[in-house]
Amino acid sequence: MIAAVLADISQSDLLRSLVSGFALGCKYALVALGFVIVFKATGVINFAQASFVLVGGYLTFNASETWGLNFYLALLVAMAGGAAIGMLLEALVLRRMIGEAPFTLVMVTIGVLFIIDNVVTAIWGPDPKNLGDPWGLNVRTVGDVAIADRDIWTIVFTSAVLGAFFLFFRYSSLGLAMRATALDQEAAMAQGISARVVYRVSWGIAGLVAALAGAVLSAGSAALGPTVGLIALVAFPAMILGGLDSPLGAVVGGVIIGIVQQMTALLAPEYLEWAGQGFELVSPYLVMIVILLVRPYGLFGTKEVRRV
Amino acid sequence: MAALSGLSGLTAFVRRAPAGGSPHRNLVLDYADDLKLFRGPWRKLGLGLLIFLYLWAPGYFSNYVLGVLTICGVYAVGVIGLNLLTGYAGQVSLGHAFFFGAGGYAAAYLGAQRDWPMLLFLPAAALIGFVVGAVVGPFALRLRGNYLVIVTLGLVFLGEHIWKTWDSVTGGGSGTSLRGASVSIGGLDFRELEIAGSSYEKEQGMFWLVWAIVAIVALLAKNLVRSRAGRAMQAVRDRDLSAEVIGVNLARYKVGAFAWSSALAALSGALYGIVTNRLETGIFTLFLSITFVAMLIIGGVGTIFGSILGALLVSGGQQLIARNSSAFVFDPIIIASPGDSGFLSIGEFNNILFGLFIVVFLMFEPRGLAALWLRAKAWLLTWPFSY
Repeated sequence: MIAAVLADISQSDLLRSLVSGFALGCKYALVALGFVIVFKATGVINFAQASFVLVGGYLTFNASETWGLNFYLALLVAMAGGAAIGMLLEALVLRRMIGEAPFTLVMVTIGVLFIIDNVVTAIWGPDPKNLGDPWGLNVRTVGDVAIADRDIWTIVFTSAVLGAFFLFFRYSSLGLAMRATALDQEAAMAQGISARVVYRVSWGIAGLVAALAGAVLSAGSAALGPTVGLIALVAFPAMILGGLDSPLGAVVGGVIIGIVQQMTALLAPEYLEWAGQGFELVSPYLVMIVILLVRPYGLFGTKEVRRV
Repeated sequence: MAALSGLSGLTAFVRRAPAGGSPHRNLVLDYADDLKLFRGPWRKLGLGLLIFLYLWAPGYFSNYVLGVLTICGVYAVGVIGLNLLTGYAGQVSLGHAFFFGAGGYAAAYLGAQRDWPMLLFLPAAALIGFVVGAVVGPFALRLRGNYLVIVTLGLVFLGEHIWKTWDSVTGGGSGTSLRGASVSIGGLDFRELEIAGSSYEKEQGMFWLVWAIVAIVALLAKNLVRSRAGRAMQAVRDRDLSAEVIGVNLARYKVGAFAWSSALAALSGALYGIVTNRLETGIFTLFLSITFVAMLIIGGVGTIFGSILGALLVSGGQQLIARNSSAFVFDPIIIASPGDSGFLSIGEFNNILFGLFIVVFLMFEPRGLAALWLRAKAWLLTWPFSY
């Protein structure tokens, strides 16, 4: 069956879908990395990450178009702004909620999501905007595969962030402190590690990465709008797939989800006609549910030990 | 002597007073007392007051207010269902918009397309919800906490896709109408009610119908949670491992809670259909699921009357603000018409307020409005020793 299908579609179509799926997956991975770092350090699934992404996109827009900064400088400004918002949220709200039930924490971040998203539309308006990125709709051709410039940059950014995460957790003392806190908070505190600093820094990093994701997601022509944050929700399957607390898992999960989505878009109209239009938009959730039934803690997640 | 009489007053708390003497207050003296639905004269008075309000309101309020209250009642049914699942059995769900939609479309298909009578299609919608919930429930056996949240969230997106695609039942993007569905029991048509020679309008009939169902559902739920099954559910909520150890069948109660909760959500969806006469796929989004959870939190997790309070406050509040956006309090904030003063649109203002309510309640009053009442009651009951 699969062989017949593969023989039926052209090689270049397949390759194009794989490459665009990989680039799409890297976007999801960037969003998922922000989720993972907060979850790893604090155990909170941060729905407000979707609004951090939105704020990041609009901050980039504001810095590059309204203030007229160089785009890459604007991106840095947005990342600093995103980090500030993340830390502010931690200080104002999440700091007071330490130790609450997981679902309570989820709902708090959903409440924050509603507030931030609507403040953003109130400030910048509901109309779609041009981000002001230098990539536009430029396309490069490598062999017989065309790749958009913004996809190349996405892949570069995602690899850079993953690499930076690796170096940070491996070699910096703060990174070591964060790993220790994630492993056993009390033992870490007994060693003189400040859990407060760890929490605040992880929220800051989440905001910073989210701003980058926001810029990447809203690059292109009139792609920045209030719905950019919704794309971040597709990063949930990516994060779950990789396991909630694994940065590498987030990237692998993101890439799997991206490729699944693009392959579904390529194949579903012909082979899964009964599944209806736009099936590729929900296929990530289906993949997620199936994988979770087989591996309840994702591909790279830490298995929770239950003791009496 | 004075000290002694103080002591004998204390023993009333722990032991039934000897024959001839009775405690001067309504105290809980034994388990049977604790299980009573309407304990003491105050509760009976409150019940009487509610029945009076129920009969009196449709004659007093305008059709607009009745419409708002009816929608609140529709949501209250769903929130009670969610409360059974989250508040009592401790399983979380962001998937209630899906169950709500399943019930709504079941009612639309069976009631409007197949012309079933209301007494058949409402229970059928609930039954379909029950079955769907029982299918989803086993996920809760395998997944816990955060993972369950995300899976039920995925359910909403899958559901939205199903509603858009299955257009023979749902009407696809253009929606489906329930105008043809019968809303009558025997000779009583709730759309144009005639009792003893006087006729009532649709809003009045629907108010009576929906709030009667709310009352029945609330009573059933209250009954469930004070019984053996309810105690088992609460044991699962507090710690599922310990519950299992003392002999609670986890699979049965987790899946059962999902099934019953989803049946009530489906009933709520069916009622929503017959009240608004129209279902569109845009209704059953993640936003609706979050609204259900918000009602639960703001009303009070783990109390049945809190669920009703939450539905009244959140749904009623949203509808009233949308209507009164140019009233003096909101005027400087909300842009009601183009060129009006203000800096937020109605939708933005409503959503920000909604988010703020969730955050503020979770931070400062995690047990919701119901806790305010319970605290006031405890203060009054223990007066003059309340501190």
